[in-house]
Amino acid sequence: MTESHIIYMDNAATTPVRQEVVDAMIPYMRENFGNPSSLYDIAKINREAVALARSRVARALNAEDKEIYFTSCGTESDNWAIKGTAFANRDKGKHIITSAIEHHAVLYTCQWLEKQGFEVTYLPVDEFGMVNPKDVEAAIRPDTVLITIMFANNEIGTIQPIAEIGKIAREHNVLFHTDAVQAAGHVPIDVKAMNIDMLSISGHKFNGPKGTGVLYIGKRVKLDSLMHGGDQERKRRAGTENVAGIVGIGLALELSVKEMDATTKRLDALRKRLVDGLLTIPKSRLNGHPTKRLPNNVNVIFEYIEGESILLMLNRRGICASTGSACNSASLEPSHVLTACGIPHEVVHGSLRLTLGEMNTQEDVDIVIDAVKDIVQKLRNMSPLTPDELRKY
Amino acid sequence: MDYSEKVMDHFENPRNQGILENPDGIGVEGNPQCGDIMKIYIKVADNRIADVKFQTFGCGAAIASSSMATEMIMGKTLEEAWDLSNKAVAQALDGLPPQKVHCSVLAEDAIHRAINDYRVKQGLEPWEEKPGHKKHCHESQ
Repeated sequence: MTESHIIYMDNAATTPVRQEVVDAMIPYMRENFGNPSSLYDIAKINREAVALARSRVARALNAEDKEIYFTSCGTESDNWAIKGTAFANRDKGKHIITSAIEHHAVLYTCQWLEKQGFEVTYLPVDEFGMVNPKDVEAAIRPDTVLITIMFANNEIGTIQPIAEIGKIAREHNVLFHTDAVQAAGHVPIDVKAMNIDMLSISGHKFNGPKGTGVLYIGKRVKLDSLMHGGDQERKRRAGTENVAGIVGIGLALELSVKEMDATTKRLDALRKRLVDGLLTIPKSRLNGHPTKRLPNNVNVIFEYIEGESILLMLNRRGICASTGSACNSASLEPSHVLTACGIPHEVVHGSLRLTLGEMNTQEDVDIVIDAVKDIVQKLRNMSPLTPDELRKY
Repeated sequence: MDYSEKVMDHFENPRNQGILENPDGIGVEGNPQCGDIMKIYIKVADNRIADVKFQTFGCGAAIASSSMATEMIMGKTLEEAWDLSNKAVAQALDGLPPQKVHCSVLAEDAIHRAINDYRVKQGLEPWEEKPGHKKHCHESQ
């Protein structure tokens, strides 16, 4: 390892754009710069590029082209799906079902809707961060208009029983949205087989560009627009198309899905090595589900120490990671996901998330294991909470 | 987290970190729910801090504040040590991010507890916090 070698293990935060995706995007910023809404020939190229990207996304999800809507990010997709459904179905009801571990793009949107007079049920999760489909069914009321449960969790990687929840939603004739920002391009998704009515995607989570998102909207779904203005996206999402970004997200998703089996196999092996190595540290544990989780997600807790300190020391060694500690958030609130899993606040502070990606090798994994072991010991030696038997000087 | 080089230096190379055998005073402040807890040990000779050590569970700012505060009270009279403000600690660290200022209050409070622990053990009245003093962490959780 050279001094400048960075080990990037924060792929749930964002990913680098693949070279072939960058190459595909560049022509749409210079020579093919036309506005797809314009009449002339050079704009036709842009329309076709958007159409190709749309069909690539549709194929990746087993959807139809006209069910794919491009947005600016995953957060916009979540906001649109939830607010749009709530307001379009006010005559039917005002009740929404979600879970306690959703991304803030869903959680805060639901909390905002509560202020507008809607009612929201926040379902609990078990110790592995799993929503029980029976709880979903039991929460359905005559006035329930939407169920929104994330596909896979961004912090602990737990994959929810989406097909089961979709089946329940369909049987009760309630619309079902899933925030698939962490799942798309990483695990198989079939909107038809899973009875998904709406699904949010973000391009930069699978080596596509930032500032790109998709909302899949099934044909039967009635929802209000969030962005009003021009006639883009079948008059449902106004705003000039981010053509280069749309080209990027379409190709990145297609490539990720094509390579999914090979990537999963490779990351599974790296993840197993990483987890096994980290769990040799005493008083540590794995968060999230042991098997039903994203192939790239590792989330561990080390007792008696605090996560931001771990991150700072990892950063000094060129290792990029993440934590659920309150001390690392502007709000000073500990991770709502880990606390919903029943982990006490004082223990949540010691969480470390490592999310693997295309750049990581077995050598990286071994370097990270050694670095974390060393750092945990150093911080435990400093902590007044550490039992004497775990101190080493 | 945008920390100053001073903060990073004290975080990575903490001064006076560890345990004092047979201390004259011990102060513990914070709680693990808040995410930071500091324990400070002092030795007193001729009304001065003859030695000081700390242990801290917490973020970079908490560890750096602990380190800096102990350095600043070493050799000082108990009155001078008592008067060390969290602002002075933060200033000596070339500032702390706004949401991390409470970490410097942790050190101030822990020092006060250690001094009063010493005073009570000596059969003296504990000193009172100045009016308007805010504790570092509101135990709301």
